[in-house]
Amino acid sequence: MLARDRRFGYALVAAAVIVLLVITAYPLFYNAWNSLRHDVVTSGIPATWAGLSNYKEIFTDNLFVPSLVRTIGFTVVSVAVETVIGLGLAVALNRAFPGRGLVRAAVFIPWAVPTVVSAQLWKNMFDPQNGFVNYILTELHLPLAHTTWLGQTWTAWGAILVADAWRNTPFIAIVLLAGLQVIPGDIYEAARIDGASAWQAFRRLTLPLLKPALMVAMIFRTLQSFLIFDVVYNMTAGGPGTSTSVLSYLNYQAFFVNFDYGYGGAISIALVVVALLIAAVYTRVFRVEQVL
Amino acid sequence: MTAAAASQGAARGRPAGHHWTPRRIAARTGFYVLIAIFVIVSLFPFYWIVITSLKSQADLNQGTTSLLPGHIDWGSYSFDLTQTSATGLNFGRSLLNSVIVALSTTAVTVVVSVLAGYGLARTRMRFKGATLGFILLASFFPIIAMAGPLFLAFRNLGLLNNYLALIISYLVYTVPIATWFLANFFTQLPRQLEEAATVDGATRLQAIRRVILPVAVPGIFTVTILSFIFAWNDFLFALSFMETPDKYTAPYAIVAIGHTQYQTFYNRIDAAVVMITLPVALLVIFAQRRIISGLTAGALK
Repeated sequence: MLARDRRFGYALVAAAVIVLLVITAYPLFYNAWNSLRHDVVTSGIPATWAGLSNYKEIFTDNLFVPSLVRTIGFTVVSVAVETVIGLGLAVALNRAFPGRGLVRAAVFIPWAVPTVVSAQLWKNMFDPQNGFVNYILTELHLPLAHTTWLGQTWTAWGAILVADAWRNTPFIAIVLLAGLQVIPGDIYEAARIDGASAWQAFRRLTLPLLKPALMVAMIFRTLQSFLIFDVVYNMTAGGPGTSTSVLSYLNYQAFFVNFDYGYGGAISIALVVVALLIAAVYTRVFRVEQVL
Repeated sequence: MTAAAASQGAARGRPAGHHWTPRRIAARTGFYVLIAIFVIVSLFPFYWIVITSLKSQADLNQGTTSLLPGHIDWGSYSFDLTQTSATGLNFGRSLLNSVIVALSTTAVTVVVSVLAGYGLARTRMRFKGATLGFILLASFFPIIAMAGPLFLAFRNLGLLNNYLALIISYLVYTVPIATWFLANFFTQLPRQLEEAATVDGATRLQAIRRVILPVAVPGIFTVTILSFIFAWNDFLFALSFMETPDKYTAPYAIVAIGHTQYQTFYNRIDAAVVMITLPVALLVIFAQRRIISGLTAGALK
């Protein structure tokens, strides 16, 4: 009976496990294997054994390491900005006020649109001729009204950050809001009777109780930010020059522009290692067994 | 966490009968101003693309002169939907491609995840923790690291430029979250359900179909909506595997539409952006609670 039940269980999960194994483990091993060879698939030259020279190349050429630094910098800044704003939004939406359901739907919509849409939409907003940003700066007689936002390194990063934060802050807010809603209201009553100010209650009660939700939201966003691709591809294509080229974009160019599967495989393995580290932090924070 | 717990927590309001001191009025006003800013920042860009999509090329050439739409011209929409470019790009076709691929992905996801979720929740199989852990890990896998090797695999299999290449790849977006959500959902159903059915002589698969599926409809609905959104929103796999413009999905088509060698037609691009955004915006408006419960399920235990 037990053996039959177990076999039934394995049969049921088989499809999901096999599908996910094929589409993740196969690329993983293929990348690992390729990263040890010189293989430019369109060159017609047979692949040769490369040892660790692809890895040596990514750490010594002037593409990978600068790209890694940019990607880490963007990840830290975007996650920090989005978490702070998302926390404020979650606290605001946790209060009862007329029309809250509509407001929640309104601020949540940006999360549901394709990342390509957020990129295109903000590219349009920052467009020097048909955009909103320069128009309003001109009307209000503010400086920077003639900026070509995507044409300079730091303003291009600013535009990418805005597009990313606009789409992803709602995700953080939604997870934090769910976390806030399971905090029982009477502990705030007790704090108020004890004479705690609203800020003290937030610092001493809300933040510690919200920590699990904060960690979950921040870890997911860290992973997504670290792998940012769609927004960069559509807004700046890594430019001006290579100044907004992030790791996923560099990896895309290696695979689909240069067809260099050795070099691309080495970058992919580096990305997988970082993703695994982030996943390891996640499983420490959030125990898998507790789900069932 | 469950939807019931979420709505329970939402009931916490401000007790009535406070005095309206100037300080309180200022705090209240500040609060509503803050809410207004959040709403405007969220929605204004949509307004901007809608009015840009309704401008004629002549209006666009003058640059921005007003925050209001001015003369409304639907030409970009009819252009996008009816004209096919020299390279074979037609946005109506791209939308159709997206619908086919997203619906197929959703259907496969529902079947695979219902089975796996049930197996994890209701059998005494071993390695449950490891299986769930692996499924979670798969959802952390960098998409770009999959795209290169899968491109070669699909090329060898003759599946490039084929819907199947996308449907298979999209399962990495949908199956992990769907399986997690449904495993969690099934554990909350009473066990007597299947026991009664199996006593009646039904096999376990029959019991799942006749007894479990009907009561699991809300959970399956949530998974359906989430899967559709994730499949609808992909860009990178479409960019990697779809080679001819008649096979582009809608998000990929945006990149190619509205550009000629000499000019960018923002009105045509934005008309396409509006058409892509509408279905997911409607889903959020009508199924907000389900989407949120799906996204936050389990995340807060």
